Parts: sequence; C-alpha cells; structure tokens
Amino acid sequence: MTFDFDRVELTDLSRHFGRRKAVARVSLAMHAGDIVGLLGPNGAGKSTLLGMLATLVAPTTGALTYGGKRIGEVGEGIRGRIGVLAHELHLYPELTARQNLEFFARLHGLADVEALVGTALEQANLADRGEDQVSSFSRGMRQRLALERCLLHRPRLVLLDEPFTGLDDRAVRIVADRLKRVAAEGAIVVLATHDLDVADGLITRMAVVRSGRLLCDVAASAGIRQQYRALVESV
Amino acid sequence: MRFFRVALLVLKKDFAIELKSYEILSTTLFFAVSCVAIFSFAFVKDGQAPVDAAAGILWIAIAFSGTLALGRTFERERYGETLKALLLAPAPRPAIYLGKLLGIVTLLFATEIIVVPMVAFLFSAPFFERPLLLVALLGLGTVGYAAVGTLFAAMLVRARTRDVMLPILLYPITIPVIIAGVRGTSALLASPVDEPVAMLWIGLLSFFDVVFVTLSLWTFEPLMTE
Amino acid sequence: MKKLFVPVAAITALMFAYAPIAIANAPYESTMRLVQKIFYFHFPAWMALTVSVTICTVASALYLFKGWAKADRIAVAAAEVTVIFGLFGLVSGSLWGRKAWGVWWQWDARLTMAFLLELIFFGYILVRNYGGPGAEKLAAAMGIFGGATAPFVYKSVDWWRTVHPKTSVMTTLGETSPEMWFVVWFCTFTILLFMGLLLAARIRLEEQRAALDELYLAAED
Repeated sequence: MTFDFDRVELTDLSRHFGRRKAVARVSLAMHAGDIVGLLGPNGAGKSTLLGMLATLVAPTTGALTYGGKRIGEVGEGIRGRIGVLAHELHLYPELTARQNLEFFARLHGLADVEALVGTALEQANLADRGEDQVSSFSRGMRQRLALERCLLHRPRLVLLDEPFTGLDDRAVRIVADRLKRVAAEGAIVVLATHDLDVADGLITRMAVVRSGRLLCDVAASAGIRQQYRALVESV
Repeated sequence: MRFFRVALLVLKKDFAIELKSYEILSTTLFFAVSCVAIFSFAFVKDGQAPVDAAAGILWIAIAFSGTLALGRTFERERYGETLKALLLAPAPRPAIYLGKLLGIVTLLFATEIIVVPMVAFLFSAPFFERPLLLVALLGLGTVGYAAVGTLFAAMLVRARTRDVMLPILLYPITIPVIIAGVRGTSALLASPVDEPVAMLWIGLLSFFDVVFVTLSLWTFEPLMTE
Repeated sequence: MKKLFVPVAAITALMFAYAPIAIANAPYESTMRLVQKIFYFHFPAWMALTVSVTICTVASALYLFKGWAKADRIAVAAAEVTVIFGLFGLVSGSLWGRKAWGVWWQWDARLTMAFLLELIFFGYILVRNYGGPGAEKLAAAMGIFGGATAPFVYKSVDWWRTVHPKTSVMTTLGETSPEMWFVVWFCTFTILLFMGLLLAARIRLEEQRAALDELYLAAED
C-alpha cells in the first residue's frame, strides 16, 4: 500500500532561481544503509538539495527517482516514507511536546499513537517534560524533540539539516548512535552539516557541494577534515 | 475519507493551540468591535444612522477582521515553518487547505456571534426577523470570503510584503461577496422584509462559494510547491 | 511572429490615421450627438480589456498547472495591457458619463467591473514585483481568480444598480445606422490590432529576459 524504495538517484539535477543556480547538475546515488554527509560552505545549495529530496521544491531540470520511480508516478504516499528535520524544527511552540508528536503521528496516519509517542519521548530524553509547552524548552531540547518527530513514522529517507545545533556532547553522541541504528535498519540518511568533527566517524559517504555543484562523492575515511579541506581548497 | 480526517486533524490542532491563549479570537473580536464603533461614529448623525448603514458596517467589520485573522493564523504556521511540515504529510494537500479554511470560518463565526447583536443593538436594526435567512447569508458570505482568503494567505506566507499584500489582493476578488452580503442583509432589514431579493443574493453567494472553494482546492497544491 | 510585426504595425498605423476621418464622418446619434462619438474609443477599449483579461486568465492557468514558461510570459504581458486599456476605458467611460448623465462616476455594472478588474490586475503586477521568490505563481493565482470573479462582479453590480445603457446599444446601432456599425467595428479592430502589437512587444521583452537568464546560467557551466 505504501510505496517503499531502497535507493534514491539524482541524475543531473538542477534548480534555478532566475539567474541564480542553487543546484547545478548534481548526480548522486544513495542506497539503504548509507549515511551521506552533505558538506560544503554556506550557500552551497545543501538546503535546496534537501528540499528537492523532500519533494518540497520542484527541480528545474534533471531527474530524481525513488527506487527508480519519479515523484509523479508514485504520488503523495511517498511523503510517508520521508522524514525531514530542518533548521526551523517544525514544532508548534504553543503545544506540549506530547501534543506535537501526537499531531504529527496522526497526520501520518500511524497506528498505536500513544505507545509510539511515549517511546519517542523517552528516546529524546524528554519523558518527564512531555506535558510542558515546547516554548519552554531550550534549543537543545527542541532539537531532540524535532529529531524524534522526524523519525516517528520510521521513514526510509531521512533528511537532516544541521541536526547537531545546540546539542551538548552527550546528546550529540546519542543522536549519532541513533542515526547509525536507523541506517543499519535500512534507512538512507542524508545529513547536511558544518560540524566536521561529528561527521567524522558517523558518515559513510562524503558529498561535498560548492556553488550548487557536487565536487566529490567518496566513501568517508578517517580524517574527514583533511579530506574536505583538500577538496574545497584545491578546486 | 483520509482527506476529511486530515482536514479535521488540522482543525483540531488549530483549536488546541487557540484554546491555550485565545489570542487570535480575542484580538479579532476586539478589532471587529472597534471597527463597528469607528464606522458608527463616522455615519451616525443627529443620533440616527442612514438606513443601510447597519448592513454595510457589519460586512466591513467582517471583511477587515477576516483579513486580520487570516494573517495571524498563517503567521503561526510560519513560525517554525510548520506549514512545510504539514505539506510533508502523506495526505492530499488540499486537505490541509480545507482544515485551515474550517478553522478560519469557525473563528469568523465566533466573531459574528458577538458583532451581529452588537450592530443590531447600536442601530436598532431588526436583524432577527428572519433568522434563518440571516444565518444563510452570513454563513455563505463568510465561507466565500474565507475560501479565497485562506488560499491567498497561504500562498503569501513566504512573501516579505504579505501583510499588506493580502488585503490588496483579497478585497477586489471578494467584492461580489461584500455586495451580496450587504444588499442581502439590507433586504432583510427592510420593512417588510424583502425575501425574494434576499434569496437572490443567497443564490449568488452559493454559486460563488462552490466556484471558489473548488478553484482554491484545485490551485492549492501547485501554489504550495516551490 | 517577428516577421509579421512591422507589416502589422504599418497597417495599424494607417488604420489609426484613418480612424479620425471615419469617426468624424459617422452620423450623429440623435440624443447625444457629438458626445456619443467617444463611444468609438470607449467600446474598443472595453473589448480590448475583455480580450486581455481572458488571455491573462487562461495563460495563468496554463502556467500554474502545466508550468509552461511561455504561458507565464503571455500572462504578464496581458496583465499589463489590461491595466492600460482598463485605464483608457475608465477615463473614456467617465468622460462620457459626465457629458451624458451629468456625473463623473456611475456605479453601473460595466464601469464598476472595469474598475475592479483594473484593481485586480494592478494587484497582479504588484504581487509579481513585490511577492518575493516564486512570485510568478502568486501572480498566476491572482490572474485565475481575477478572471473567475469577473462574471460575479458583473452580475452582482448589475443587480445592485443599473444605469449604464445595456447591450441594446449595439443592436440599436445596427438597426439605426449601418455606417455607425462600420465605424465601431473598424475602431474596435484597430484597437485590437494595437493591443496585439503591445502584447507581442511585451512578450518579446520577457523572452529576451529569459534568454539572458539562460545565457547567464550556461556561462557558469
């Protein structure tokens, strides 16, 4: 009933805004189990790329396929298999943490909402703050809640834009472990970040973008920072 | 079925948020009341208002407070970019539009419940001679106005000049609603009550509503994709 | 299209040159006499307005639902032309009204609809310029809704009050005087050709802007 896929392919994908090329002819293939680090300076086009993967932004040219099928062929059900964590967090500050999670769970048509929400709150380490309004949370707490919201429906494609902002060291490690588990369970994780230290050891592939263009797409080895610097500075 | 369930879910969520502080409801209500007050002072002379002033003032107050309510409702979705999260749900996107529309309509109805008696009181206008016709007129007019308003407010969420653009774009398009509402209400205030005329305007409003709700449902998805 | 532009422009210029002669020679209408001749400007402007509104609405719909860039270019050109001819129609209508009925403005169906269309399509241009990124789509929505509401505006103002001479003006013209009929249609056709030229020029401007953007984009590759 819900369409599922195990790979996502971008072929010559571009997005223009008038004269500005936000994303220029990016070709990339991702498979289940990948944790792809989308690295690059500000304004490189990472957010637009994530927007296109999330089906929020339509590409100008090129093809984006989920398991070989384009978005038009699949229909809206595919959004049930995509989870997004953006910079803005997508939380309603007036509602409690529990109410936020319940709303999004029901919106996605999930079964057994209460149990799911309970687990999610525990995993975000917010079980005791479930009845508090999100407006009273710190940035780090909101970040953790937003991450759980994004993973609530067990998406196949997880898109994260700077997920480690505002997190302390322990929280960063917890989130990183969570993402590794999610990928091990067969998800495709795409992570846009500036934080090369965290990315180091987490990501399995490194995709560097600059000015909308994909500079490289390699398996990540130890010492990402050197690799990244070498690439971005040399080109 | 999922379509209506999602719409109701969005509506319930908006209620839950609103019930915490009643912020939008109370400010919209107060704004409508001050609108009526200002217009009353503008039009009443020697303790008497011109014959059709009551109908006109009522609908202007609805239109103006409607614009305010629309802006504020979508401002809530802009904070935290939750509108994007709604669009990411595996549900038909027009369902989101419908949920929002129902919320705005409910808000405006709540405002009208206070404002209509207030206008009746201030102008000694016999609004309640034909309550069913009045309800039909107000209902259909509010739905028509809100249908176009919700779509425009949603599409302007990303624009920088959204606050001023909404009235500029909305008012000319919904002029038929205002005309029908005012003339229909005037017909109900006349003595004797001019039922055929009121029915005529109710007919026009029904047709307007059908056309514009359909058009909005249809155009919502392409407008929300970047 | 480009090849036709100069010959059509030449023909239009000639027609414009002849029009005053035709108008001057047209017979006087019985009640309003000389003043009635403003009709030869007003009616064509009205026709041009109707045509350009229709073009804008259809083009906007095609752009919004099919994503054809050409449709968007046509829509913006039609919207600007609507504003121009709307202004023309409003001014000529107002002047005629002043002379014929003694007031500068009458809230009749046609004038009011022209006024509202003017507001709507001016709004189209505003939202296109100040709507931020993706404003073409917002403007397209305005174009569609504007066109859709026009008949409602007409009907509601019509029922609200009617002073404007109804469509009977056209038929009575045909009955009373074939020369008048000819002049009316001649002027209408001239204005429509002129409108076509304006549209073509404006669309061409947009096409060149788009071509320039393409060049910029290609240069970076």
